[in-house]
Amino acid sequence: MSERWERLPKWARIVLLLLGALLLYLLPLIDPPYLSPSGSDFGAVLFNVAAYVLVALGLNVVVGYAGLLDLGYVGFYAIGAYTVGVLGSLHGHLPLLLLLPLAAVVTLVSGIILGAPTLRVRGDYLAIVTLGFGEIVRLTLINWGWVGQAAGISDVPRPPSLSLFDLPHLSWNGGIASIDLSNTTTFLKFGILDQTPYYWLALTVIFIVLFAERMLVHSRVGRAWEATREDEDAAELMGVPTFKFKLLAFAIGAFIGGLSGALFATRQAFINPESFPLLLSILFIAAVVVGGAGNRLGVIIGAIVVSYLPELFRPFADFRVLIFGGLLVLLANFRPQGLLPPKRTVRAKKLDEKFEELEEGTAHA
Amino acid sequence: MNTFIALTGQAIVLGAIYALVALGYTLVYGVLRLINFAHSEIWMWGSFAAVWVLTAVGASRGQGPVAIIGLLLLALVAAMLTSAAVALLVERVAYRRLRRVNAPPLIALISAIGASFCLGEIMGLRDKIVGWVGLRDTLDAYVRGARDNTRFPNPLQSSPLFHIGTYGVTNIDVIIVISALVMMVVLDQFIRRSRLGRGIRAVAQDSEAAALMGVNKDRVIQVTFLLGGIMAGGAALMYLMKIGVTRWNAGFIIGLKAFTAAVLGGIGNVRGALVGGFVLGLAENYGSALIGTQWKDVVAFVLLVAILLFRPTGLLGESLGRSRA
Repeated sequence: MSERWERLPKWARIVLLLLGALLLYLLPLIDPPYLSPSGSDFGAVLFNVAAYVLVALGLNVVVGYAGLLDLGYVGFYAIGAYTVGVLGSLHGHLPLLLLLPLAAVVTLVSGIILGAPTLRVRGDYLAIVTLGFGEIVRLTLINWGWVGQAAGISDVPRPPSLSLFDLPHLSWNGGIASIDLSNTTTFLKFGILDQTPYYWLALTVIFIVLFAERMLVHSRVGRAWEATREDEDAAELMGVPTFKFKLLAFAIGAFIGGLSGALFATRQAFINPESFPLLLSILFIAAVVVGGAGNRLGVIIGAIVVSYLPELFRPFADFRVLIFGGLLVLLANFRPQGLLPPKRTVRAKKLDEKFEELEEGTAHA
Repeated sequence: MNTFIALTGQAIVLGAIYALVALGYTLVYGVLRLINFAHSEIWMWGSFAAVWVLTAVGASRGQGPVAIIGLLLLALVAAMLTSAAVALLVERVAYRRLRRVNAPPLIALISAIGASFCLGEIMGLRDKIVGWVGLRDTLDAYVRGARDNTRFPNPLQSSPLFHIGTYGVTNIDVIIVISALVMMVVLDQFIRRSRLGRGIRAVAQDSEAAALMGVNKDRVIQVTFLLGGIMAGGAALMYLMKIGVTRWNAGFIIGLKAFTAAVLGGIGNVRGALVGGFVLGLAENYGSALIGTQWKDVVAFVLLVAILLFRPTGLLGESLGRSRA
């Protein structure tokens, strides 16, 4: 599959990618049967999935590339969301387009503040420290008067609307599609009822992040992360300043998490501390690990699995967490490297097998 | 001064409960180097077993001392057996296969998280589940309000035994602290002196070498989960005697606290769990008295982060294997 992809000429790959992207943008309008869960707004479901994908991409930098287990990622998500809420509604009225990057930067700084002292701690303990951090953020939001306490923040600013023209949705009758003119989405009108424009915004941010991340991972930085993850001491001896690169991964992860939180806040229009339970951190980690930590595509699939499957199970609403839990156990047991393990792992495994074959060969000879 | 004594008293009782639950985390971590995320649910199932068995025999207040002791022992045995059984189930379903294929630790964590979701949800949906098999009405007393608090029919009336200053130490407080200490001493001696205990320490120290020396690793790991489950069952009954209610998701917060306690004392270190439990209980209670009860949990976590930064392996260090071998 991937080999056939590599063999295509570059222009064909670009065209295919652009077509795929276009399809993703049109997905809420196509409203395909079976895929869109009955009884809920498909645009809203897709936004939710997109928010998870963005979070998973950010967490993948921390967990997948740098190999740091962060169980308090929801803390960054919350800081991003609250930056938008506090500066856009509670204590100021900055426009959203300024708030989005600002939220990401505030979260980045918080990531450095948390990371600088804690990244010296060993792996398992880092997980606990970050777990504590996520809880501290949530409890602080509940108890601190300046950020609205348990009541939360309402009237979070929305992106500016353009309202250029209306786009019709498709309506499906059995296997036949027809254009439904009574059900339209106004192009870039960020209202409450139709969530499709938020999905487009989130999708655009995902593409930008994917592009930037790709550049980073294929650079010296990406190689330094890989070396650190595989063997920290060896990397240090080879002259990689591991601490600096770990901190960088932590900060970039926080940056993306904050961005995702900011998008979440503007879509919700109302945030309170209960939107950021510890469980969310666990789900984020599950998204990364289920897909295959360290593999971009795998992580995206993992995020879709974690956020979309429960929606699909909505008819069995009561049982969806139970089913989800069972699936996690099964996935962990039968695909321990994740759905799509990173290329490196696959390569390393093949190499191992080859070595084994060679060793057996000499033994038999 | 009197509030100080009251706070300390409460802290010691809470700390004892935390310490017992923490033992489950510490034992499993010591042997497998894994955080058993499902341990909070193991505790929760024990607490329900205690409630159910007392509901079944129709326990109520105002009975003779012999009956009270009998009922409490019955509840204790039920909680311990159930927690131990659930712990063994978790080991079997969520961990054993992963151990065989040498999966990365993160995957084991995910597996345990999945198991924890399942166990919690089964309890939260128990009214629907028994409805499927047509036992909804027969079992009504056990499954009613599956998502709400379930009250523990405590046969023992809480009454002050003696006073320190104006703080009355109740009979329940005394029972909890003494039985928790007894359980921990027995466990500590078991690990130090018995043959299986030696196996546990050997596997914790170097599992491969232990296997080469003829230690049955699978058996040792099972025993570890079993012991953790038994301790959690004991803690479940004590929690019920003190707090009075349990619910399907009650395990989460107590599990988090117990885990904090385990790390505070040095995870993998049995005596550390005791120290960690008491330190956490004290810090929580003093902290909330100083800056307000709503910051209680924040104090606990800030303390955790601070201790890890200055003493990265906990107060007593990690040493299930190394401890006086």
